[in-house]
Amino acid sequence: MHLTPDDQIWWEYGLLKINTTMVFTWAVMALLTAGAWMVTRRLRSGVPNSRIQHVLEVVVGGIDKQLSEISPRRPRGLLAFVGTLFLFIAVCNTLAVIPGFDPPTGSLSTTAGLALCVFTAVPAYGIGAIGLKRYVRNYLYPTPFMLPFNILGEFSRTLALSVRLFGNVMSSSMIGAILLIIAPLIVPLLMQLLGLLTGLVQAYIFAVLAAVYISAGMDVTTAA
Amino acid sequence: MDALGWVAVASVLGAGICMGIGAIGPAIGEGRALAQALSSIAQQPDETSTITRTLFVGMAMVESTAIYCFVVTMILIFANPYWNYFLSQAGG
Repeated sequence: MHLTPDDQIWWEYGLLKINTTMVFTWAVMALLTAGAWMVTRRLRSGVPNSRIQHVLEVVVGGIDKQLSEISPRRPRGLLAFVGTLFLFIAVCNTLAVIPGFDPPTGSLSTTAGLALCVFTAVPAYGIGAIGLKRYVRNYLYPTPFMLPFNILGEFSRTLALSVRLFGNVMSSSMIGAILLIIAPLIVPLLMQLLGLLTGLVQAYIFAVLAAVYISAGMDVTTAA
Repeated sequence: MDALGWVAVASVLGAGICMGIGAIGPAIGEGRALAQALSSIAQQPDETSTITRTLFVGMAMVESTAIYCFVVTMILIFANPYWNYFLSQAGG
């Protein structure tokens, strides 16, 4: 039983190590890229769309609708950023039902990387939307005494974002492994079903929280 | 009992207590949040999508404390640094 897929090394050359997390991350990236490329190669705006184009349109349209409900005046590129986060995590968590596939999101390094992306995206979008001065002034709200707590909150929510996703994905694979020892017949299947649901909900929550943080960073809270 | 045995006892006990107590708080909180959301949906069915989204996000925040406890428990059982330290002491 292993806590993280980082431990299994596939290929090693000096300091360079290719572990399971990296292999499956690149596999998911290749899958997403190839799928999107295959569909968008023959885009048609008329009625006789291909079936798979309908699926992608539903997905993108759904993310777009959710985003415009969360942040009404959202910047350009937010759909691409948050949508990519959602699709990557959702595909990783869904593919976990395939035997032999270790979801890369079950490794703390992947989730920490994703959370760091959000951590850097918040000031990037915030400064781009309201300017550096007003963005920095948000940290002094409501009083300058709150400055350390605001900065601390920035770090702790990044930590929470990464550990939440890691813990949920790791726990579902861990529960599956434990149940295989205790009751190997049907019970692990039910927990895998539950794991599919949790995985999708976690992908949704990660994307929504990223969007909420980014749109909160673009608000002008100070009265000036 | 030697140091290794004490580390094992403390780890297993600590893991159990951590998960047991750590599950109580988030369970109460999530139950209250869900009950409140259900009654809100019953009063205002038009706002269901907003309430559900906020409920999901809020529950994820509440649940993260339970997830912290779970991660600490897993570390205590499967990746205990003190255990490895005393094991190497006993071996060397």
